[in-house]
Amino acid sequence: MTLGRIRLLVVVLCIIALEIVCRTGLIDSYTLIPPSKMAVALFHLLRDGSLTPEIVATLGAVLIAIVGAVIFGILGAVILHALPRLRRAIDPVLSIYYSIPMFVFYPLFIALFGLTDTPKVLLGFLLAVVTMIASTLNGLDRVPKVMRKTARVFRLSKWSTVREVILPSAAPHIFNGVKLAIAQAFVGVLGAEFILSTGGLGYQIFYAFHDFDNNKMYAIVLLVLIIVSIVNTILLGWERRLRQRRGLA
Amino acid sequence: MNIIGNFNTIDGAARPSMWKQHQRSFDLLMIAAAFVVLWQVFFQIGGSVALASPWQATRTAIAMLGSADFWGDIRTTFSAFGFSVVIEAVLGILLGAILGLRRLTGDVVEPMIAGLYSIPKLMFFPMITLFFGIGISSEVAFGVLHGIIPIILFTMSAVRNIKPVYLKSARTMGLSTTQTLFSIALPAAIPEIFTGLRIGISGALIGVILCEMFGSSKGVGFRLMNAVANNVVTDISAITLILIVFAAVLSGVLMKLDERLHHRI
Amino acid sequence: MLTNLDNSASASTHPAIVRLNDVSQVFPSRGGAPAVHAMGPITLDLRQGEFFSIVGPSGCGKSTFLEVLAGLATPTGGEVLMDGKRVQGSIPDGVGVVFQEDASFPWLTVWKNITFGLKRNGVDPKIAAERAERALALTGLTAFRDSYPAQLSGGMRQRVCIARTLVMEPRLILLDEPFAALDQQTRLLMGDEVLNLWRATGATVVLITHALDEAAMLSDRVGVMSARPGRFIEIIETGWSRERDSRIASSDKFGTLTAHLWSLLREESIRASQYAKAKS
Repeated sequence: MTLGRIRLLVVVLCIIALEIVCRTGLIDSYTLIPPSKMAVALFHLLRDGSLTPEIVATLGAVLIAIVGAVIFGILGAVILHALPRLRRAIDPVLSIYYSIPMFVFYPLFIALFGLTDTPKVLLGFLLAVVTMIASTLNGLDRVPKVMRKTARVFRLSKWSTVREVILPSAAPHIFNGVKLAIAQAFVGVLGAEFILSTGGLGYQIFYAFHDFDNNKMYAIVLLVLIIVSIVNTILLGWERRLRQRRGLA
Repeated sequence: MNIIGNFNTIDGAARPSMWKQHQRSFDLLMIAAAFVVLWQVFFQIGGSVALASPWQATRTAIAMLGSADFWGDIRTTFSAFGFSVVIEAVLGILLGAILGLRRLTGDVVEPMIAGLYSIPKLMFFPMITLFFGIGISSEVAFGVLHGIIPIILFTMSAVRNIKPVYLKSARTMGLSTTQTLFSIALPAAIPEIFTGLRIGISGALIGVILCEMFGSSKGVGFRLMNAVANNVVTDISAITLILIVFAAVLSGVLMKLDERLHHRI
Repeated sequence: MLTNLDNSASASTHPAIVRLNDVSQVFPSRGGAPAVHAMGPITLDLRQGEFFSIVGPSGCGKSTFLEVLAGLATPTGGEVLMDGKRVQGSIPDGVGVVFQEDASFPWLTVWKNITFGLKRNGVDPKIAAERAERALALTGLTAFRDSYPAQLSGGMRQRVCIARTLVMEPRLILLDEPFAALDQQTRLLMGDEVLNLWRATGATVVLITHALDEAAMLSDRVGVMSARPGRFIEIIETGWSRERDSRIASSDKFGTLTAHLWSLLREESIRASQYAKAKS
């Protein structure tokens, strides 16, 4: 049995175990409902279309946050890489960044921008951008010197060198950064919606939670898990092909 | 000739000159100053309805740190934090070590654990709160949830990277798995384990505060959301400042320790 | 010290494509470590169309020499003139370099790798395609045009780099130990290939190698470099005909030549290792 199949088996067994534990009342239904009930509730919610605007709201916010994080992340990394002293100065900030509860800024953003979509996109962006910078910097560091020399032999301009040689060379690391950044953007947007918001899937979970509507709440939690899994699987698939082409797999 | 700070040691190896070390501290100060300046700029733009100025926030923070009331909240947050760290450290290291020693189980489980880590942990908040009830227990559980996975993964990796010859010696000496664990595996693996611990400790802090922010009636996170509800801008800024400074200092200290541990080997 | 060693008759019949006048390279002191006099002073005329090899002990400055020659590095002393114009800061037109490390772009197919320089220098697409096809044929890569470098062996990847350099039709081709990572058989075959390419293109070739037999077999002239700071102890005229290939390895002259190179190099290698020991 390959490792992949063993894992699948483990996951299936866990779901079955959860199902049994819930149905036999070991965990009461006020705490957790059986996975089958979650799936059914989700199916109904999706079918009547009430979740669609919320899905769009959350995914839309994540998308904007990610696009911003990738652009600013790559740009930031290229600049930092070119200015070593600035990089050394900022390095401590980048290192401790993820140990700071970024969510504490959320109230500040609401105070600055009001209860619009901006605070949660901003939070998603802030959480995603630093991992993007770190991964890109790592990739830039690992570009073999011979690549830069080759670009000079071909007499490429500085900007062309970055665009056509250095960034493609660092692409696997940049892609890894995008993967991590997407995960962070989801955390930021969903968390923000949960703390304080007017829309999106995170808000729906919060609302159902405080309404004691376990069916709806767990259904949406399941939906989020499914969405995140699908996104991850797609990204992993791309990454595998990219790495295979480069002989890295 | 650069006389000012160039050490030419006997073996010719390069050491960071005094000028470089001073330069580093200077740069750090400049960055800190830049943040304060940026803050002040945002204050000018946003006005005092949005946030407090650096000066005001600091004054309010100091006043808060002087009030017994606030210390009650600090105690709540801190005890939740403390319990989280202890539980996740013990559980995490134990699990990580076991998974590291048992090859197959470890290989199967590792990507699953890593995958679990990328799920927004918020998704587990309802389950945890429903199970543990609102209060310090869920805070501890949420903190453990945030921090335990890095500890497990790093400990696993650390144990696996122990030179096999150590483990073979243990077997020929007739040590049981438990004895191997405590007298050989763990001591050799400490630097890498500590890196996992460092990330886990910061994670626990985030988890505890998040839990208080999401829904609680005590603790620093709760105080923050309370200030938001009552729209007390100075308090919001002050508590944010306190939390950030604490997290930054904690992280900085842990990182320095991490460096020291890694240099010892 | 050692100035122009070029006293042979052919110096006057073949024009110089590159002149190095008193070129030296000193790397400044950094972080407490003393300055490093890496190379020179060297004065040398490279003749147009010749095949010039450089051998020398490790760390003697061979690669530094090549970088200065190509314009990748500016010498701290002296000047490099190509076609009479000073080489400074940028790579002059018509120079191609094949490096020791694999420089093929892993994100492009072999075809895209080879046409990389052509596209960016505005060469007409039809002409570019023709040149690329010819380069593919010359390097034996026609069947692999749509493969990615990761799917090729080390030797084939170097051929991609050579092809990519060739399509630019450089007048000066610099090769920095390009076969160092290859096994002996592949090296011999690649040597023959390089000779073919050299004859087909009529370019001037400078080859840096640590393999004495390779230098002896391929070159019109072999420059033996001293231990650091690198200077030419001797420049040997091989006198091979232009139509040579690896079969000259069985001639007596080849044996004598290689032995002579080795005796020169042996002294320098000993000196280089003593220098290294003194430092540590």
